[in-house]
Amino acid sequence: MSPSLITVSYLGAAALFILALGGLSSNETARRGNLFGIIGMTIAVLVTISAFVTNHHEVLIAIMIAGGIIGFILARRVQMTQMPELVAILHSLVGLAAVLVGFANFMDPSIQYSGAEKTIHEIEIYIGIAIGALTFTGSVVAYGKLSGMIGGQPMLLPARHWLNLALFIAVVVIAVKFVGAEDHQQATLLLLAMTVLALLFGVHMVAAIGGADMPVVISMLNSYSGWAAAATGFMLSNDLLIVTGALVGSSGAILSYIMCRAMNRHFISVIAGGFGTTGGSSGGPSIEGEVQTIDIPTMAELLNNASDVMVVPGYGMATAQAQHAIAEISKALIKKGIKVRFGIHPVAGRMPGHMNVLLAEAKVPYDIVFEMDEINDDFPDVDVSIVVGANDTVNPLAQEDADSPIAGMPVLEVWKGRTTVVLKRGMAAGYAGVDNPLFVKDNTRMLFGDAKESLDALAQAI
Amino acid sequence: MIRKLVAAGFEVIVESGAGARASFNDDILREAGAAIAKDTAGAWTADLVVKVRPPEFNRELERHELDMMSAGSRLISFIWPAQNEDLLGQFAERKIDVLAMDSIPRISRAQKLDALSSMANIAGYRAVIEASNRFGRFFSGQITAAGKVDPARVLVIGAGVAGLAAIGTAKSLGAIVRAFDTRPEVKDQIQSMDAEFLELEFEEDGTGEGGYAKVMSKEFIDAEMALFAEQASEVDIIITTALIPGKPAPKLITNEMVESMRDGSVIVDLAAEQGGNCEATKPDKVVNRHGVHVIGFTDLPSRLAAQSSQLYATNIYNLIMEMAPEKDGNIVIDMEDDVIRGATVVNEGEITWPPPPIAVSAERKPSFGGQDIQPEAKEPEKAPAVAIEPSEVARFFKSAWFPVIIAGLSLFGLGQVAPPSFMAHFTVFVLSCFIGYMVIWNVSPTLHTPLMSVTNAISSIIVLGALTQISSPSNLIYILAGIAVFITCINIVGGFSVTQRMLQMFKG
Repeated sequence: MSPSLITVSYLGAAALFILALGGLSSNETARRGNLFGIIGMTIAVLVTISAFVTNHHEVLIAIMIAGGIIGFILARRVQMTQMPELVAILHSLVGLAAVLVGFANFMDPSIQYSGAEKTIHEIEIYIGIAIGALTFTGSVVAYGKLSGMIGGQPMLLPARHWLNLALFIAVVVIAVKFVGAEDHQQATLLLLAMTVLALLFGVHMVAAIGGADMPVVISMLNSYSGWAAAATGFMLSNDLLIVTGALVGSSGAILSYIMCRAMNRHFISVIAGGFGTTGGSSGGPSIEGEVQTIDIPTMAELLNNASDVMVVPGYGMATAQAQHAIAEISKALIKKGIKVRFGIHPVAGRMPGHMNVLLAEAKVPYDIVFEMDEINDDFPDVDVSIVVGANDTVNPLAQEDADSPIAGMPVLEVWKGRTTVVLKRGMAAGYAGVDNPLFVKDNTRMLFGDAKESLDALAQAI
Repeated sequence: MIRKLVAAGFEVIVESGAGARASFNDDILREAGAAIAKDTAGAWTADLVVKVRPPEFNRELERHELDMMSAGSRLISFIWPAQNEDLLGQFAERKIDVLAMDSIPRISRAQKLDALSSMANIAGYRAVIEASNRFGRFFSGQITAAGKVDPARVLVIGAGVAGLAAIGTAKSLGAIVRAFDTRPEVKDQIQSMDAEFLELEFEEDGTGEGGYAKVMSKEFIDAEMALFAEQASEVDIIITTALIPGKPAPKLITNEMVESMRDGSVIVDLAAEQGGNCEATKPDKVVNRHGVHVIGFTDLPSRLAAQSSQLYATNIYNLIMEMAPEKDGNIVIDMEDDVIRGATVVNEGEITWPPPPIAVSAERKPSFGGQDIQPEAKEPEKAPAVAIEPSEVARFFKSAWFPVIIAGLSLFGLGQVAPPSFMAHFTVFVLSCFIGYMVIWNVSPTLHTPLMSVTNAISSIIVLGALTQISSPSNLIYILAGIAVFITCINIVGGFSVTQRMLQMFKG
């Protein structure tokens, strides 16, 4: 295959990838976009195989089919509520692949450069492996945290900032030595040493981040996996990899930015780890007042008498798998002529858009699902807000108490509505570790218990 | 409520016929688990007597109700301790512990006990109903085949719980509602009910202790009176609810103002019990002055007996639950508890009224317990901690130019040393970042999860790197590349198919 043909194919694939991302701007074009992505990937892989693969064909095909089947099964089996875990583990694979490709490239004797080109090539390998390794372990830890295998609490080592700094300096020092390394063997050792450090760094970085910051972490790892691909592209002088990596990298970076803004947190402070660990230790003023509970029949009556209902889901809805029950309820209410809307906080759940996916799975029509900014001003007209397993995203302290760890974070102002019913398992604080005065407001009623069971019972009662 | 009390371990005795006017006959009560006392005296022998009005002389039995209570028993009712000090003395003498529903402190925690708010809410509603009853016309404006009907104009003075309830009711009947209050912070609440807030060109805050109104200066009152005089000639219905705790009701509507109102207009004076806001008011009576009906009923809540019973019973139930936290039927008067302390006016033979002021630690809400209104948070958002005045240098570092200059310098440095082939790739890289930036901002937030999974899939483009290496003669490279191909294939297929699955759901 002529080099120009390869280039043209790669160009086509890159264009298709851009169209794939562009398609996601609306629900209508999204599936076509995904199809573009698949076509682009197929072209890229087929062209590469026909152009570069000279032997090992059988093994290669066997491997690809095996991997493909595993991926397909994973994608079929995964519960929509476990989407963050799946995404995290897939990120780790990209990271690992970047490390492997980097090493393979480094050891390839057929690649010979000299002078500045050699230096740049080595730096490219070095950066590619470093980001890959970091992404790999970071994603694995994130997966562990999301799936509950590792506790959600931030792991805070003493002097962790210094530790991070030391690791970073060590990586830079090794880089200098690596570039100046005399022989191949020494360079290999240095590269291995750096890889170990980067792996450690990934573990430490994500372990120090609390569960509520997971949306940021996931998008950040998404971004890293892109940069790893881009670095690999530089290393291999492959523009398609560079383009794709840059697309993915900026996508992840923008998502991280959106998530950080939604939590009113600086990116750096999320990465540095630990929610509320830098501010006051008290976690805000203690909450005075009494919780008023509500039972299912009363709540059903409340909903039947309402004319405007807002549902505010949170991560609790995902853990309780309550999306179908709430969809059922909203359907019943809409049938009675009651206006039902869903208000989604950008960081509700454990990854960007998590709630939207769950609601879509439960067949909640997406024209009644709104972003926080779209509906926050409407709360004074809302008769009943149903808060399902959300906490920090509806905490009035974010607006009322400037000393609170979540101060300034945009929140859904449910308390401005006439009545709020909060479904919750207990009175535990949210991930930010801050008490929520919403629960003791006069117009708030608590419905304790598993959200799914409560909502199922409620659906019956309505 | 009786059911709930029985469930909490209490024995409940109800005076025969007590619920009749609220449409709860004795049978219903008995079914709920109450024992029905045959005569009034029987009910008074209970350990805890719950009542609405203060104990009074019972004409039928020719005994004072107090005499029927045994020492050591308890009474919950409205007492009005400020007006009934001698009654307190009699309680103390008989060693009866008394909790006054009207003395419950108006703090957030006690709002579920706050019978005053419940009753005021009803009174406000009923006031409008009484007014409409006397008022010979529609409240809402209509254009009919028989001509045009102007909407009624209602002025509500005092926007407490009762005032707001009145505003809401009058509004829902279709009237044009104006309201006035000396406390400027209720403006938002009035406006939130779609009523017009009448303002004085006068700077004085009428907010007194505990969210009540206070006595205003002479100048203020003059300006206020001028406003009312002007309004009186315009409106059809005036509902006054102005009260200042512990003081007779302020006289706001003079006889001249009444005279200036159109014939057939109505004034409902909710402050009649405390002397009335209107000079023409006669407590418990409807008088007609200059063609204007002046309604001075003091028993408005009782005129909506079923509703008041329900709310009052809930308030009482909540109070009893406060006092019997164990739910075993034992009542404890905990003088450490702010709410109980405030409500208790006689305890163990001592008069404990007035209570010490409560230190309110949490942010205090204005005390409008009305369920229909949620006061806006008054406090402006606190500014974040003021940063140290940035110096010129720091400002430069923070400005948008700084990163641009740094980027420019780095690019220049890179251009100095990097070979052209690298620069070609670098150009592609930077431009791709910009394309990514543009494209991603257009992605709908609902699709962020599919975005992540699809970017995940395409970032597996790294498979190309592995594919170019897999044919290497070196076994090590072959193995490494093989593993890389394997895992990226999981990723490619997994990422794309899970995205497809999700988007299928979004089809809607």
